[in-house]
Amino acid sequence: MTMDIELTVNGEHVRESVEPRMSLADFLRERLQLTGTHLGCEMGACGACLVLLGGKPVHACLVLAVQAAGETVETIEGLSESGAIADLQAAFHDRNALQCGFCTTGMMVNAHALLGDNPAPERAEIRDALSGNYCRCTGYEAIVDAIDATARKRASDVEAPA
Amino acid sequence: MKSPAFDYIRARSVAHALETYRSLDGEGVYLAGGHSVVPSLTLRLQAPAALIDLSGIDALTGISLDDGWLRIGAMTRHAEVAADPMIRDHAHLFHLAAPHVAHPAIRNRGTIGGSLSLADPASEFPAVALALRAEMEVAGHDGVRRVKADDFFLDIYETAMDPGEILQAILVPPVRAGDVAVFDELARRRGDYAMVGAAVQAMVDAGRVADISIAFFSVGNKPTRAGAAESALRGARLDDATIAAAQSALDADLDPSDEPQMPASVRRHLARVLLGRLLGHLGTTA
Ligand SMILES: Cc1cc2nc3c(=O)[nH]c(=O)nc-3n(C[C@H](O)[C@H](O)[C@H](O)COP(=O)(O)OP(=O)(O)OC[C@H]3O[C@@H](n4cnc5c(N)ncnc54)[C@H](O)[C@@H]3O)c2cc1C
Ligand code: FES
Ligand code: FES
Repeated sequence: MTMDIELTVNGEHVRESVEPRMSLADFLRERLQLTGTHLGCEMGACGACLVLLGGKPVHACLVLAVQAAGETVETIEGLSESGAIADLQAAFHDRNALQCGFCTTGMMVNAHALLGDNPAPERAEIRDALSGNYCRCTGYEAIVDAIDATARKRASDVEAPA
Repeated sequence: MKSPAFDYIRARSVAHALETYRSLDGEGVYLAGGHSVVPSLTLRLQAPAALIDLSGIDALTGISLDDGWLRIGAMTRHAEVAADPMIRDHAHLFHLAAPHVAHPAIRNRGTIGGSLSLADPASEFPAVALALRAEMEVAGHDGVRRVKADDFFLDIYETAMDPGEILQAILVPPVRAGDVAVFDELARRRGDYAMVGAAVQAMVDAGRVADISIAFFSVGNKPTRAGAAESALRGARLDDATIAAAQSALDADLDPSDEPQMPASVRRHLARVLLGRLLGHLGTTA
């Protein structure tokens, strides 16, 4: 069985024919060549595959492409190109919050969603939000630092506009 | 790993879903949030002929009050359970438990109906349903029936629903004056399945426990009411001696098995510690 699906990915209308068993992650990577969405465990444990579905972070390995029909998807490529996370990316760079980079795109998607919901999170809240994202390299501390620094910078930019 | 091939059908109504299930002759699987179904497919633990997606059925969505009873549609996502003001006010235990269910992104997809239908003994919501004395609204070919939570959870991954029946909603009895709820779990990491957890719904009147229901999870093959501990508490003043008596009574209530990662004696100990904390908390909340 194949099914025709239509959805919006990073602002572009997409129409494809897929097998129901194809995950949204495989769809993004193999059909749309959006390989910034990483696949680690393919069972919801590692968080490397996070994308925004209807504006909320979800595991693209646990959503079937057919379930995303009619929905809006944003991937790390969309967030990156729009400039929405430029400061977060710079903070990750500054703080050495990435080494191999495998977890980084999922971390960014999650951090972006967190700061949207809660612009001034406590460090404990940042840790809680990232509880489903594995990083095998950094030891997490630098990642929490980078997100914390981005939140503070955004708050001070609002108080004292350039 | 990748899933085996299957067909996919988006059900338009409960009747359509029931009919589709019947036509698949036992080879269909309902799909709600999919956060238990999809990993089981990629791990190739099951290979259904088709998934029947329940997410587009209006009758399974929405949260409403009817005659004091709160009706929570089965497709309500965990994140909505955490955030919804009606659930906070009329089913406070679900509100308290939701942030402990998995990680934030999983809570954006997983549904309360999926969690209760799956009946994982380590899950938070089945224990909450027990403690709240909630009822399940179950639809089948013969119509709709209501099943008390006490009669709903039968064993690991086993409920009183017949194959093909659909959980439409969870019904929570009216809030009473003096109702207090406390919830906690002991987990290695926030969002992990608990080593031991418990949900407590009580009515406290002038320092005395007028009524209480305590439900544990992750301590056996299904969520478990702690009847002996409840008896030790009912009518008693909530002081240290009563709490100690309730903790001792737990031995009669819980029967965890020895597991490689945790001997039964450790789990019993953790259950006593957790109950002590929760009852202490109840004393200060009431
Ligand atoms: C990494 C990870 C961590 C998790 N941690 C936790 C945790 O700490 N605590 C916890 O409780 N859960 C946890 N979960 C499970 C998660 O909450 C599941 O999403 C949930 O239990 C099942 O809900 P669902 O909507 O995803 O159901 P699905 O996966 O779609 O369905 C689950 C089962 O119920 C059936 N079903 C679904 N809806 C209905 C219905 N309305 N009527 C009849 N049958 C139905 C399906 O056929 C299937 O058998 C975790 C999941 C993952 C991937
Ligand atoms: S690949 Fe999706 S969570 Fe690991
Ligand atoms: S930077 Fe390598 S896994 Fe996080």
